[in-house]
Amino acid sequence: MDLVGLAFYFLAALIVISAAIVVFSKNIMYSAFSLMFTFFGVAGLYVLLNADFLAVTQIMVYIGGILVLIIFGVMLTTRITGVDVKSNSLGKIQVGIAGLLSTIIAISLIVVFSSTKWFLSEPKVSGDSTKLIGNELLTNYLLAFEAASVLLLIAIIGAAFIARRK
Amino acid sequence: MGETNFLIKLLGDNLITVLLISALPLGFLVVYALLAILGELKISAWMQERVGPMRTGWKGVLQPLAEVIKLIQKEDITPDAANKPLYNLAPYIVFTGAYAAFAVIPFSEFFVPSGINLGLFYIFAVGSIGAIGIVMGGWASNNKYTLLGAMRSVAQLISYEIPGAMAILSIAVLSSSLNMQEINKAQTGWFWNWFMFGGPGSYEKLWVIPFTLGLTLIYMIASLAETNRTPFDIPEGESELVAGYHTEYSGMKFAMFFFAEYANMFVVAAVLVTAFMGGWNSPFGSFLSGPLWGAFWFIGKSFFVIFVQIWLRWTLPRLRVDQLMYLGWKILLPVSFICFLFVSLFRMLN
Repeated sequence: MDLVGLAFYFLAALIVISAAIVVFSKNIMYSAFSLMFTFFGVAGLYVLLNADFLAVTQIMVYIGGILVLIIFGVMLTTRITGVDVKSNSLGKIQVGIAGLLSTIIAISLIVVFSSTKWFLSEPKVSGDSTKLIGNELLTNYLLAFEAASVLLLIAIIGAAFIARRK
Repeated sequence: MGETNFLIKLLGDNLITVLLISALPLGFLVVYALLAILGELKISAWMQERVGPMRTGWKGVLQPLAEVIKLIQKEDITPDAANKPLYNLAPYIVFTGAYAAFAVIPFSEFFVPSGINLGLFYIFAVGSIGAIGIVMGGWASNNKYTLLGAMRSVAQLISYEIPGAMAILSIAVLSSSLNMQEINKAQTGWFWNWFMFGGPGSYEKLWVIPFTLGLTLIYMIASLAETNRTPFDIPEGESELVAGYHTEYSGMKFAMFFFAEYANMFVVAAVLVTAFMGGWNSPFGSFLSGPLWGAFWFIGKSFFVIFVQIWLRWTLPRLRVDQLMYLGWKILLPVSFICFLFVSLFRMLN
């Protein structure tokens, strides 16, 4: 097995195991921290797909932003307000329905995956994906880009407004 | 990647080379940490008119080694009420976050562990892994001081990351690259070609020099806050929080936190040197320039920045929390935005 194959299986195992901890752990803090390894593994997969910009953005946005927010949310609710946030064990009916639904989704996904004739193109190694993404964002997808930035600005103003109102 | 890395040229592109390349900065880091600890002990002593450690070795030069041996021997205590798995994992996460940044640090023209095109962006991204490790340690210790320290640390990290990132973004605009090696190459020549002094160019660059100098200062301040050093060390302010997020740690696990802090100091110094101070370029044109001299200049400049960090630590008093937030959000952020706008304007007109 070459280096890339080795890295792929390592990352795949990391993602699957940490995602399993996120789902099955009784302690919600373990779930939150385990999510970091999942995000990290996904970023690694992006690197293997030659999408380096996407990989670094994944770490920046998900680990640096969203995960910190999640952890703060969980931490502040459990330790300061005294409310014990735990993923409680569910009743039998809920587990049955959830299990059934997940199985159906999994089977249909596997069927779709194995029955589709995937079009495999030769991977084109482009040296600088950052430059390409930047050019595309400011030419062809300018409207979507600007709309997203306005949306984020509104969110920031809204958050500041809510936080200042005593 | 081949042309930027002498080890790949020498040994070929295989697993052993890759492992060697990833281990080389670690070896450097160990030596550097010993030097930095000695520097911190001695410089602080001289600044306070003391002599510092004198007993171990000639004038106490073996003191850091003695400290390391002491830390290895110490009992490794895990508090009863701590959350054991997270408590034990946290120091290693913090160190991993600090060490991950070394992947893109260009030590010399011929040695950068990975010459990816996103170097600067990558350093800012992996910086957040350390923040999560700090929260993990602070929360798992199950102690109010550690929790408060961790929360302060992350709040400070997030606040000061923005002005720091704006300063670095301006350099990306000036050099039109995020690749650390390209940024270094853009500053070849005498020291007035450094981005601190507006980068290479004719007399028109005089317009931009005040702004680049301001950005250098902003990045320096932000980097102090990101590494939790005085005057921004409220996360571990010993008069109010014992020792902050690593209060409960002892022995090797404490050493890992300590090691990570010194690694982070080097990382921010290296970014400052790469982005603003010419990286491995000799300050005097082609005088003393070359692959090995490159490493000398790079490490020398980084050590100078670290010396400034230590110097500030022993000269300035600590900021209060509200002063810290005021400085970050109301002074550094608007100033960095203005500088960024002017630098971009200059770049567009040129």
